[in-house]
Amino acid sequence: MPSSPPSSRHRELGLTDGEFELIVEKLGREPNPTELAMFSLMWSEHCAYKHSRRLLRTLPTEGARVVMGPGENAGAVDVGGGLAVAFKVESHNHPSAVEPFQGAATGVGGILRDVFAVGARPIAILDSLRFGELASPRSRYLLERAVAGIGHYGNSIGVATVGGEIAFEGPYEQNCLVNAMCLGLAPHDALIRSAAAGPGNLLVLFGASTGRDGIGGASVLASAELGELDGAKRPTVQIGDPFEEKKLLECSLELLQRGLLGSLQDLGAAGLTSSAAEMASKGGVGLDLDVGLVPLREADMEPFEVMVSESQERMLCVVEPERLDAVLEVCARWETLATAIGRVTAGGTLRVLRGGEPVAELPVGALVDECPLYDLHPAPPAVALYPAPPATLAAGATPGQTLLELLGSPNLASRRWAFEQYDCLVGSRTVRRPGDADAAVLLLGELAAEGDAVPALGVAIDGNGRRVACDPYRGAVEAVLECSANLACVGAEPLGLTNCLNFGNPEKPHVAWQMTRAVAGLGDACRALGVPVVGGNVSLYNEGADGPIYPTPVVGMVGELPDARRAGRLGFARAGDTVALLRASGWAPSLGGSELSKLRGEPLATSLPAAELGELRALHAAVRQGVRSGVLRSAHDVAEGGVAMAVAECCLAGGLGAELAIADGEDPWATCFGEGPGGFVVSGEMPALSAFGDALVVLGPVAGEVLALRCGELELTLGVAELAAVHERGLSARMG
Amino acid sequence: MKFGVVRFPGSCDEVDALLAARRVSPAELLWHGDRDLRGADAVIVPGGFSYGDHLRVGALARFSPVMEEVERFARAGGPVLGICNGFQVLCEAGLLPGALLPNTSLRFLCRQVEVQVTGRPTAWTAACAPGDRLSLPVKHTTGRWWAPDPVLDELEAAGRVVLRYAPEANPNGSARDVAGVASAGGNVIGLMPHPEHAVDALTGSQDGLCLFRSVLEHGALVAP
Amino acid sequence: MAGADGGVTRMRVLIRPKAGILDPQGRTVERALPALGFGGVSNVHVGRLVELDLEDPGRLPELCERLLANPLIEDYEIVAPPAGA
Repeated sequence: MPSSPPSSRHRELGLTDGEFELIVEKLGREPNPTELAMFSLMWSEHCAYKHSRRLLRTLPTEGARVVMGPGENAGAVDVGGGLAVAFKVESHNHPSAVEPFQGAATGVGGILRDVFAVGARPIAILDSLRFGELASPRSRYLLERAVAGIGHYGNSIGVATVGGEIAFEGPYEQNCLVNAMCLGLAPHDALIRSAAAGPGNLLVLFGASTGRDGIGGASVLASAELGELDGAKRPTVQIGDPFEEKKLLECSLELLQRGLLGSLQDLGAAGLTSSAAEMASKGGVGLDLDVGLVPLREADMEPFEVMVSESQERMLCVVEPERLDAVLEVCARWETLATAIGRVTAGGTLRVLRGGEPVAELPVGALVDECPLYDLHPAPPAVALYPAPPATLAAGATPGQTLLELLGSPNLASRRWAFEQYDCLVGSRTVRRPGDADAAVLLLGELAAEGDAVPALGVAIDGNGRRVACDPYRGAVEAVLECSANLACVGAEPLGLTNCLNFGNPEKPHVAWQMTRAVAGLGDACRALGVPVVGGNVSLYNEGADGPIYPTPVVGMVGELPDARRAGRLGFARAGDTVALLRASGWAPSLGGSELSKLRGEPLATSLPAAELGELRALHAAVRQGVRSGVLRSAHDVAEGGVAMAVAECCLAGGLGAELAIADGEDPWATCFGEGPGGFVVSGEMPALSAFGDALVVLGPVAGEVLALRCGELELTLGVAELAAVHERGLSARMG
Repeated sequence: MKFGVVRFPGSCDEVDALLAARRVSPAELLWHGDRDLRGADAVIVPGGFSYGDHLRVGALARFSPVMEEVERFARAGGPVLGICNGFQVLCEAGLLPGALLPNTSLRFLCRQVEVQVTGRPTAWTAACAPGDRLSLPVKHTTGRWWAPDPVLDELEAAGRVVLRYAPEANPNGSARDVAGVASAGGNVIGLMPHPEHAVDALTGSQDGLCLFRSVLEHGALVAP
Repeated sequence: MAGADGGVTRMRVLIRPKAGILDPQGRTVERALPALGFGGVSNVHVGRLVELDLEDPGRLPELCERLLANPLIEDYEIVAPPAGA
């Protein structure tokens, strides 16, 4: 390592003076270069959650169906029949901004490993992507490569990508967001934890060999604003190999199925250092680890390089000595490298050796649990943080022109260009494909005999940036509500939630305020809906010279449906069906923070309307029940673009027109294009629909090939074919 | 009658093919490393990314020990179905004509498409009426089937083009909209669409079932 | 040409799409070049390079025919290693 005065080396690695002094105090001496490198990663924001851990503790994590809560590689909920679903969402934002194909691919690889590290077989992937405005060549480049990377990894490894979202907003131009979610299935008793145990047991590393990938990636990229990094600090890009991971997945699951492992952990950010230290910390033990035994891809790697390498597709496990031969035999059969590299010890020390000689010796507690946590110092922003978006809709546009503009806008146009690059079918579980419904639906078991109910899962991922920027508390509440509403539209009841919190620099008071308010909203919404948080991820320092990204909590939710045959759809089903609005009594769509407001180039609203959570919970239950019973032949959450957009999407998905009229209220534009939680566009037959009582407002029949919508003086009439052409082209024509 | 479904390192749709075949008859997996078809009466080479598609799609898988037995079985008249990556492997092995090239779009494409049953009946298509339209999904990056013009003419004359994409539905630019071809004996066929993902109305169409039923009814094996 | 140590010879094989077969990769690169400021470039084709150390270089043509290239759709060229390599 290059020599530099000890007083500044720690700063180069991202540690503050205060943190360095604390390390010296805990060790009773100064750390050597290898030890300093290990601390710099373990005490980085990305690994230690220094600025977010106290906030995360306020989220509700308990529930009757929770099998594994936050703190393990993935959380898990019970889904009946002795099965559990393990799931989690994680970010890979900074690597994707540097190299979007590999950044997105390795993001998928990492979240897959988190799921099979707890013993669950991955069955589905979803992704949430955010870039700058689509007009920017850089955004188109990032989108093209990120989608290709996700497809490359997910398709090659044979796990279906079944859902996701993409949004384009100016504040993400310099800091794109790539959040990947994975869910997997396991019998309850097959779930495994990561705590190392049993002094004398062996530490075995298996999977790919170790090279210089991503050295310093976690700490350097994810703990500093991108503008601060010069070329010399950009680390080696991590390269993913899905073929290697497929072998690793099968090997891991077979090792677990044979009962050969005491514990299992995947290697991700901060590589061996983080995995080994966390395994030891959870088990209250120590570890001896010899870097000379680690299979290397490159010659002459220094001990600190071996300890911080982020080479992909590697796992660490603890094995009783008499089982080692059996473990090596399974790995050999799957053509996966496996090497015993160390041993569990009593006492709480992590010792790194090279050829038997100690090169680092650190108390596990200091590395993992005693990292300082920082209070946030929130203060609302004194000035507007974000410029008004550029106007793209001409003033004086008619309602019809407005709807067409929305349908063809990058945020709302068809995502077919993206989702057709993903295999959504492998595994034979997919009951609702992207575009069929508001959430993906996956079979839990194999297809059953005729007539039997077939249990299934619903899964959705939803985030919000611009609306959270308007009002961090209410915007975050809306993100949770939207996910729950999407599940209700397929007939699924939420079981658990995972979240990725994407924010700017937490040391700045206005960002700290956004975080604090958003997490409060997240927590209150989860408590009100009765949905526990089982795990998640935080990505901070997403900010550049132009300021922070929109505060962006991304929520992934898993729910259950008793019978896949009754899974909901979003498209109108039959001419003659009645279209209706199912809404909360307090439903008050408004243009503040809406997509229409964005197209008009208006500055961000400074607050959003309140939502009555108890009533919304009941409404979601009513929609869910309506879908399950078959009374609702179609159901679609009213979200971006408001009611007009929602009915247009239902016409497009069903290939049918409708003749609709809505009471105008105070402002027909707000009624038709305004946004806010608590509205659903549904269809079915009367008189069955009238069972919903006052919550239901009839709009008109499904009929013909034209969408006609009247609201007071606001009128539009557009052919479904014209709507389809604009909707199809909006994203695909700009991407080529 | 028993199906054998080959599993290579990197196969993805082998379990899907197994489940689909089992709707019609017993089926089991065949490990790539074993020179053993385990008494299978019909062999399926499934979709996926065998050997990571490294070097060239299907190029490495065709040299697996199990493929020696599959080739022997095929040359003796045994029914063999190659789906997607399996089609690629069978072309590399010389059991089927032509080769698979990258999609014209250069992108992976997953989409439900319509194909027409054409050509002479084969072990795998005899239960589907000629001219039938089947709705099947495709999901591939390297599905553009190609052969030189003289070969194409010969295949069409011999009725060996057994599936063709419906007009305007060709997802990959394959020559003459070819979606599937047969060997001269009609016992080996390869196709890019995935019939194993079209066997239940709950997860898609049911149009793929006729391929599995065909071989049950028409796949008589000529003893080696 | 035997290697300096007499043990292995480093060889290279260039594999390219056969003329006359549509090469979308080559075409994509060719079309992108003018917008990036490179005029006067045509006839672009994209292929693969395989490098390997061989004990018996005489076997390389067979290896190319059987595995490294698909003669139906690809041409290959064995390239002598650079002098002194």
